[in-house]
Amino acid sequence: MLKLEKRLQQSKKWIYLSPFLAVVITMISGGILFTILGENPFEAIRIIFWDPLFDPNFASYSRPQLLVKAGPLILIAIGLSFGFKAGVWNIGAEGQYIMGAIFGAGLALAFYPMESKLIFPLMIIAGALGGFLWGMIPAFLKAKLNANEILVSLMLVYVAESILASVSQGLLKNPDGYGFPGSRNLQKYESAANVEIISNSGMHWGVLFAFITVIFSYIVLTRHIQGFNIQLTGEAPRAAKFAGVNPTANIVFCLGISGALAGLAGMFEVAGPSGQITIEFNSGYGFTAIIVAFLGRLHPVGILLSGLLIALTYIGGELAQLMLGLPGASIQLFQGMLLFFLLATDLFANYRVKIGTN
Amino acid sequence: MIKKLLELDGISKSYPGVIANSNISFDINIGEVHALLGENGAGKSTLVKIIYGLVKPDSGNLLLNGAPFKPGTPSEARQAGIAMVFQHFSLFEALTVAENISLGMDNPPNQKDLGEKIKSVSEAYGLPLDPAKTVGALSVGERQRVEIIRCLLQNPKLLVMDEPTSVLTPQEVDVLFKTLLKLKSEGTSILYISHKLEEIRKLCDTATILRLGKKVDTCTPKNTSTKKLAEMMVGSSIKAPKKINKPAGRILLKIENVCSLSKSQFGTPLTNITFDLKQGEILGIGGVAGNGQDELFAVLSGEQISQKGSISFNESNITKFTPNQRRKIGLLSAPEERLGHAAAPNMSLIENILITAEQSQDLVSNGFIDWEKSKAFAEKVIKEFDVRTPGSKNTAGSLSGGNLQKFVIGREILQYPNVFIVNQPTWGVDAAAASSIRQALLTLSESGAAILVISQDLDELLEISDRFAALNEGKLSQIKKTADLSFEQIGLMMGGAKDLEARNA
Repeated sequence: MLKLEKRLQQSKKWIYLSPFLAVVITMISGGILFTILGENPFEAIRIIFWDPLFDPNFASYSRPQLLVKAGPLILIAIGLSFGFKAGVWNIGAEGQYIMGAIFGAGLALAFYPMESKLIFPLMIIAGALGGFLWGMIPAFLKAKLNANEILVSLMLVYVAESILASVSQGLLKNPDGYGFPGSRNLQKYESAANVEIISNSGMHWGVLFAFITVIFSYIVLTRHIQGFNIQLTGEAPRAAKFAGVNPTANIVFCLGISGALAGLAGMFEVAGPSGQITIEFNSGYGFTAIIVAFLGRLHPVGILLSGLLIALTYIGGELAQLMLGLPGASIQLFQGMLLFFLLATDLFANYRVKIGTN
Repeated sequence: MIKKLLELDGISKSYPGVIANSNISFDINIGEVHALLGENGAGKSTLVKIIYGLVKPDSGNLLLNGAPFKPGTPSEARQAGIAMVFQHFSLFEALTVAENISLGMDNPPNQKDLGEKIKSVSEAYGLPLDPAKTVGALSVGERQRVEIIRCLLQNPKLLVMDEPTSVLTPQEVDVLFKTLLKLKSEGTSILYISHKLEEIRKLCDTATILRLGKKVDTCTPKNTSTKKLAEMMVGSSIKAPKKINKPAGRILLKIENVCSLSKSQFGTPLTNITFDLKQGEILGIGGVAGNGQDELFAVLSGEQISQKGSISFNESNITKFTPNQRRKIGLLSAPEERLGHAAAPNMSLIENILITAEQSQDLVSNGFIDWEKSKAFAEKVIKEFDVRTPGSKNTAGSLSGGNLQKFVIGREILQYPNVFIVNQPTWGVDAAAASSIRQALLTLSESGAAILVISQDLDELLEISDRFAALNEGKLSQIKKTADLSFEQIGLMMGGAKDLEARNA
């Protein structure tokens, strides 16, 4: 009989090992799923995880896509990781992402067609501000009224989606767009376009920001007292209060930084890969980033790696749709399974399995 | 001939990482008060849980009246005539005494009959109790009576009592002992769990002593000295802390008319607390748990700002100071709860240093943490306070209670506080660690610090404090010199006797 026995200390080894185990189990379960769907499991797994990077026919297109998709995921997940470490659950990064995009694009379109080197930096600030302000709503309600930030931030996603729909048909609608909903294409507006820094690499300004954020977050969490206070609040809220950590300031910081980074991600997306504000501009990065943050163990380097992995499942999933005719939902299923198995394998960090009688 | 009621034969039980009971055998005779003596973690609780059907032993047998006895659940144990009064009561505050008692019975009679039964039993055993009163309005001592009467209504053959006096005033202890002796005279056996030696010598016929899960000895406590009992319990002789009497200095901390509402629903608000704390003295605050101890600590540490009244340090007002502002002027504190309040269980000792020592040890500059310095300070605490751990990188949660407490107290003392506030400094700590913590407090006070010790351990307060006061329902009694106090007076102070309450201006 198998028995679980609680460990005295969390196993460091399993904290780092369980994400890898989760990936392997996801691949196996995915393989079984594809077999049931009548596909060759090995081929399907290869198409999702291998071909996007190494198949000569696809790699030239999909390799840059890896960074394009991973950039916003990493940027948002790093922001979320601060809150998740402190026990502040911002589930509404998707909404903050949308508001960042609207603020950034709105600022650019206000200056259109003026050309100036200042416009893009201003858009960066506006994008961060949009997400920040949207994050401040649950922060304020939590601090003042003790309203549950999970519900408030989630509900605000739907509010943001409605605002997105409204502005793409109204305020930000392209006047030269023949009546179609959607804004002007910012990629065609030189001062506002988020261009690739290295051509054909997928490396646009947002990806660069994501990498900088990884380093910044690593320093804050390991060296700075603010990072320590966040972790202390998550580990032992009473001890944090005893240590003099101000709970309100902590909530504002966590929701503020995750909002601002999600807003930045939205701004870089609308000025780059997407190009315009449309009704279906948002594609779930804000939600997927939650998986990225946990799969990366809320650790900056882990988030960098898990962001790349999840980006790969996006691209590989699209490829599988194209090549094998697999349903689009199978990618989401894959990502969902990853989180599920991660949470399951996390058990080994706190428990050891004993095989024995009784 | 003496008849055996319950025989334990080779009982063993282990949990991950600890052996709670190892091959324990002893007998409880009919009509005997049998003490189970041991330190925290000696395995007493596990053993009684086995007897009461809450835990199954890994090996060993129980015999009740000579027949094999394997209780699978507490209700099976109750049916066999075993009743238990737990240290922590399981009562519903909103229900009446009779309702609470009927909830604990396997076949409750109707409320009216039960009420009469409760009355007659409570009178017969000298435990006055009104069955119609709601439990929320009862004192802790009265609540314990509810639990005892609940047990007595089952006519138990064996009554198990887990640390029953830890929540009672000395007067209430006397009443309880009378009841227990009456039960004994009627042939009921009592298994009495405690680590209070005097009590056991007064009450018990036989004592079984446990240490680290093993039976050390069985003896007759009346014929054994307290010192001998303590040594058997601890396994070595303990150096008692030495107290040097010296005159107290000037007033460092002045508390005037402090009132504070409690954060928690079941807490006790503080009313008009007034006292001062002098250099070089230890003021002991006693009282039964839940009479405002946690609230008093929070108001002094700065975690809670008092709604009314003032706190001043060296004649400057610090009423509204945050915990860190108080630390800056040398007012340090150590809370009761080690895990989660004084320390973060999953963080290393180095990280736990930062919780309180950040300012005084200059561990952070421009927001950046000096980990080398934190590590050095953590290792200093570990070394000077003899904290047993493989290293400073280990988590706080991996330390034993006594070692973590030494670390928590050492972390504050090595910052050389001017004023030190400590709540339950030796709660749940083994005797050797407790004695070294008390010595450290005495040494600190000799160096001129003003110390406030909140504790429920009267012996501890009598041992180290210069002056003593008790908290009762959020009010502070008069403060008296410890040397002049008798146990009886202390009991009255804890019970909130009116003539001993401080007259507040």
